[in-house]
Amino acid sequence: MTRFLRLLAVFLLFAAPLRAQEGFEAVVAGLAGGFAAQAEAVERLGALGDPRAVPILRALSEGRLQKSPEGALAIDGRDALTGAPAPTATEAIRINNRVRGALRGAFGRLELASARDAERAAAAAGLFRARSPENIQILEDALGREANPGVRATMERALAASRLAAPDAGVRRQGILMLGGTASPEARGLLLEARTASPDLAPEIDAAVAAIDQRLQLRRVAETAFQGLSLGSVLLLAALGLAVTFGVMGVINMAHGEMVMLGAYTTVVVQEAFRGIPWLFPWALPLSVPAAFLVTAAVGAGLERGLIRHLYGRPLETLLMTFGVGMILQQAVRLAFGAQNREVISPAWMQGVITLPGGVEVTQNRLWIIIFSLLVLGLTVAAIRFTRFGLEMRAVVQNRRIASTMGIRTGRVDAMTFAFGSGIAGMAGVALSQIDNVSPNLGTGYIIDSFMVVVFGGVGSLAGTMIGAFTLGLVNKLLEPWAGAVLAKIAVLVGIMLFIQRRPKGLFALKGRAAEQ
Amino acid sequence: MSATTITPAPRIQGGTILRGLLLAGLAILAMLPVLNRLPPESALYVSDFVVAVSGKWICYGILALAIDLAWGYAGILSLGHGAFFALGGYAMGMHLMRLIGPRGVYGHPVLPDFMVFLGYTELPWPWWGFSSFPYAMLMALLVPGALAGIVGWLAFRSRITGVYLSIITQAMTYALMLAFFRNDMGFGGNNGFTDFKELLGVPLNTAGARAALFYAALVALGVSLLLCRLVTQSKLGRVLVAVRDAESRVRFLGYNTTSVKLSVFVLSAMLAGLAGALYVPLIGIINPGEFSPGNSIEAVIWVAVGGRGTLVGALLGAFSVNALKTWLTSFAPDLWLFVLGGLFVAVTLFLPRGLVGLLRKGEGR
Repeated sequence: MTRFLRLLAVFLLFAAPLRAQEGFEAVVAGLAGGFAAQAEAVERLGALGDPRAVPILRALSEGRLQKSPEGALAIDGRDALTGAPAPTATEAIRINNRVRGALRGAFGRLELASARDAERAAAAAGLFRARSPENIQILEDALGREANPGVRATMERALAASRLAAPDAGVRRQGILMLGGTASPEARGLLLEARTASPDLAPEIDAAVAAIDQRLQLRRVAETAFQGLSLGSVLLLAALGLAVTFGVMGVINMAHGEMVMLGAYTTVVVQEAFRGIPWLFPWALPLSVPAAFLVTAAVGAGLERGLIRHLYGRPLETLLMTFGVGMILQQAVRLAFGAQNREVISPAWMQGVITLPGGVEVTQNRLWIIIFSLLVLGLTVAAIRFTRFGLEMRAVVQNRRIASTMGIRTGRVDAMTFAFGSGIAGMAGVALSQIDNVSPNLGTGYIIDSFMVVVFGGVGSLAGTMIGAFTLGLVNKLLEPWAGAVLAKIAVLVGIMLFIQRRPKGLFALKGRAAEQ
Repeated sequence: MSATTITPAPRIQGGTILRGLLLAGLAILAMLPVLNRLPPESALYVSDFVVAVSGKWICYGILALAIDLAWGYAGILSLGHGAFFALGGYAMGMHLMRLIGPRGVYGHPVLPDFMVFLGYTELPWPWWGFSSFPYAMLMALLVPGALAGIVGWLAFRSRITGVYLSIITQAMTYALMLAFFRNDMGFGGNNGFTDFKELLGVPLNTAGARAALFYAALVALGVSLLLCRLVTQSKLGRVLVAVRDAESRVRFLGYNTTSVKLSVFVLSAMLAGLAGALYVPLIGIINPGEFSPGNSIEAVIWVAVGGRGTLVGALLGAFSVNALKTWLTSFAPDLWLFVLGGLFVAVTLFLPRGLVGLLRKGEGR
């Protein structure tokens, strides 16, 4: 008995392709018949799942398939099956709407068997739109084979939509349940359409729509939160350097935005320099970070030693003077690099979109900038907490004279602190070059926001700066959907002005002796 | 708090040179439109361009006086005076837009062109009443005054001073600029207002109208100067200087420093609004670019260059910096921003009392 079965299996193994071969040719011949025969042949070709059918069906749909008086089929002067040159006395095969409908379904089925993920997903999306109960079987089969989760999700949606179109109420209910499990606006539209068509299933449909709405709402909230975090990280980067120079030193540096701009241009220069070295080019961006830090720190140290130190104790004059310095830096960069935007190429690992569970899409570069901003924050805190320089800096801030009597060179510490703050601004510039236009007036857009963050968070508190930045970013993005980008920004500015009424020293006010200065 | 190293210098001692300079300058300005009528061959002929540019400078002079009153005397470094100036300009611009009437491109009897273009069917409420000249002038003063009143009240009562006030006023300016750039605000969006036809029944594109506007601005400058002098020479002026130099001490002596500062800030904002209202018909255009924070800070540097704490200094600064700008941008526009930035640096570092301090070298240092 087992031997017989084995024999049978072997026989079938060989015979099946043979039969398919014969069947395929026989079915293709049906395309030369009348419209009804054509439609039937198209459907059977779709059901066979033989990839050879695809070019023939495509030729048919495009009007390029021809038949000779004997019934042989040809595409562009070649036999449709063998590819041999065909006799010229042929006429084009015409099709009607019924055949066209059958063709759409057949293409969908054939492409579901394609080897490429994108093609299978596109085919499933096509079947989702076709919404024919005839596709239920083929989609179930395809789902059984499918391994790619993204394609599976699309197929499941298509299957649900096809079931929704089934005549049997039980199958329809199944489809409704499946669609209710997705978070797709199209599925929602389908369900609403089906609600008018089949009032008997209204309660199920309503429940499914409510489930979709809830999921869409959640996704919106998650995406808004991500955008808010992303904006917050940008604000944090821009404000962190300011929190050091303005918050810790009390020096108001209106050229801070230009330090950010110089950091962005350093990125451009590093990228240009590495363009000719292919193996180094992908590392241009990471290497720009220390380069930008060094460049802007040097400019900052020069600015402090050369100009700002003469104006200590005169904050209004410092404000005006640094504004002038900012103007000069901007104009210098404009003359050196041109006024138009410079392009910075993102490395491959920063491009593209990540889809988190729940269908939330986040852009990679924004994600990296959030990580980078927290990294820079951590490094800044560590530098102030754990290094010799940080210790001296805190000593000078707390009591300049005592620090001086202890042998700390306060002037040098001032220069280094200012250089440190400027260097952080430069690193912010590297990050901003990824998401903003690199132009000479890059910094002006950030300076006011940065000051708002520092004032809101509390001057002199890095934790306040971080919380301030993320709060402002989130509030801004939460307001945006119903107020528009500009009004949201204005509302945040007005909100900060009112907030300062209640807490003039910001969220995290310094207490004790340092606050009295 | 902020240790201001500027010693009070409101009383002009031996400032006869300066006063003479000022009077001579005003007299020359007053002659310009007359000289413009001379035949072009004449040696004393002054071109239309010079008249137009000096008309602009006169308005800037009023703005500089306003800033000096707040900063030089009361120590309030406002970076929002450009916004007050622009608000005054917008009030006048709205009046001029209403006067265009059916002469616009779309020929609508009431609505300005941009509103027809954006599909408005009736006039939005902020525009009501702007067909009347007195109402528009009143608004040009009241709107900046009210804004300064609100911002100043909020700031001064919670004792926000120094750079914090500067940053807040700059944020206000920035927010206003963003708002006025929006098309659906009903103020012309980024194009602003232009193509004005007439004012008080006189077509604007005639030499006579230009001269009349010039003299109106000059008279306003004279009146503002007298008003500022009145304020600074009065007891209020002394209190202002005292607030600037030692606010807490003045408060402990029993003065209400909040209301003193608030009143001078509001007055100063209204002067800036007046300057803007005179500026727009002279220039023939107003757009949201006027709100740009850079404009405000540039106006502050005029006062710093001239010498803050002296009214003559404010005017001197406004005229000299703008003269330099006009002259330099005509042949080396790339250089101008370097020079302006350099002015910021040089004045704060080397010339804290401005040109006036240079002219009065050795006095009361």
